[in-house]
Amino acid sequence: MSVARSAGNLIIESLNKSYKVESGEVNALQGIDLTIGEGEFVSIVGSSGCGKSTLLRIIAGLENGYSGEARIGGKRIAGPGLDRGMVFQEHRLIPWLTVEQNVAFGLNGLESGRSDTVVREHLELVGLANFARALPHQLSGGMSQRVAIARALVNNPQLLLLDEPFGSLDALTRIQMQQEILRIWEVERTTMVLVTHDIDEAIFLGDRVVVMSSRPGTIKKIVPVQLPRPRDRSSYDFVQIRKEIYTEFFAEAERPFAYAI
Amino acid sequence: MAPEHTTTTRLQKLKHFIQYIALSGVVIAVWQGLSELGYIKPIILPPPSRVALTFRDLLLSGDLPRHLGMSILRVLEGFGIAALLGLGLGVAIGLSRTLDRISDLIIQVVKPIPPIAWIPLAILWFGIGEQSKVYIIFLGAFFPIIINTTDGIRQTDHKFVEVARILAVPRCKFVRQVVLPGALPAIMTGLRVGLMVAWMCVVAAELITASSGIGYLIMDARQLSQSDVVLVGMITIGVIGKLMDSLIRRLEKRLISWKIAFAGN
Repeated sequence: MSVARSAGNLIIESLNKSYKVESGEVNALQGIDLTIGEGEFVSIVGSSGCGKSTLLRIIAGLENGYSGEARIGGKRIAGPGLDRGMVFQEHRLIPWLTVEQNVAFGLNGLESGRSDTVVREHLELVGLANFARALPHQLSGGMSQRVAIARALVNNPQLLLLDEPFGSLDALTRIQMQQEILRIWEVERTTMVLVTHDIDEAIFLGDRVVVMSSRPGTIKKIVPVQLPRPRDRSSYDFVQIRKEIYTEFFAEAERPFAYAI
Repeated sequence: MAPEHTTTTRLQKLKHFIQYIALSGVVIAVWQGLSELGYIKPIILPPPSRVALTFRDLLLSGDLPRHLGMSILRVLEGFGIAALLGLGLGVAIGLSRTLDRISDLIIQVVKPIPPIAWIPLAILWFGIGEQSKVYIIFLGAFFPIIINTTDGIRQTDHKFVEVARILAVPRCKFVRQVVLPGALPAIMTGLRVGLMVAWMCVVAAELITASSGIGYLIMDARQLSQSDVVLVGMITIGVIGKLMDSLIRRLEKRLISWKIAFAGN
């Protein structure tokens, strides 16, 4: 079990992010403190609009302008870098490039012979070596997302950011992909940060589950998941953790009913 | 199972083809009928049969192929220059905000001036020879090409820009693999519209100053009151324009097959 070490490679301290809108400023994130250790798998759950995707995009270097600290390997995040890979909710494959060209798109600065090998290795990793010459529209949703994962991993990033990567897949494919990402995590030992609104998914995958609340986006609670993998979604401990997280979300919403009784 | 399927599609194809030509057929039949019944005077509008005979005569005498060849050659010259400059400048402007700011005003002001309005100046600058006609055609084709190319490049999906930033893809690789192929549908539209406008401009230019070409053929026939020759010229322009468009569409289908497959799903 990899748990956060003191020399964790992602450190976020009192991070704030606000957007200017017509009526003033909106606080998207407020006072975020989070340390993620090397090789750790951290899930972030929250309702839509809680800023969880913004947090991920700040880590990716896609959002400019934040206050507080966000450091990776001791260096302040000021833009994207090859030490971080990202998978988005939509696969974002380039429709006119083949699967292997899409993966090679992320690979820059290697001589061509070497890059062919790296692309093949990564397609094998996601189980799509036979689809190297296919075009994205010929793939299913799950397969497209596998290619996106291969593309994100092709530079061997230390940190893989997953922004609701299985959100648009059907329930069965989603479970398959969760097992798949777990297998890849165990093989590659890349640090992974997953943003999701699926509590089961967060518990099934994460070493810790970060629960966020909205307006302004803050961390409400961090729930450690000390269960051996592969995890059984219907086991007692799993259900207990799920209950704990559910309470965090619905505590506010259910209070009015309590008054009514 | 399979042969039955083929017959249905073949029947369907035949049906579609009949639908495709039906309206033109009816128009020609009514036109011929009204002429036979004496409702239309041949001097005002000769019947289709007369136009067909004149077409055959002009074809066999070699006049029509010669004039047509001349017009097509002019279009190819003007369109070729317009495509080269329009694509080059369009890509440059699409990629550079600064270049866009610098060039926007002049493009927007010159664009609405119809190429025909340029004819007096074109004659002063280039004389009444080939150059002035090629210049008019160039002007007609240039703006649709440059504007569509710029737009196509601007439409690059922001999501791909983010992917490229995350992966630290070099700018020239991004332009080559994402921006240009993504702009291709718009570029093809620009080329198609440009070719069409070029074809319309060649006739306009020849109507005024020429001693050959389809436009000249029409103008010459007008002076001799040969309305059948005028009609042959007009129909030829229409048919050739349609053929050019089909040709570019076919090229377009081949170049952007990924998109057609995409839309088909």
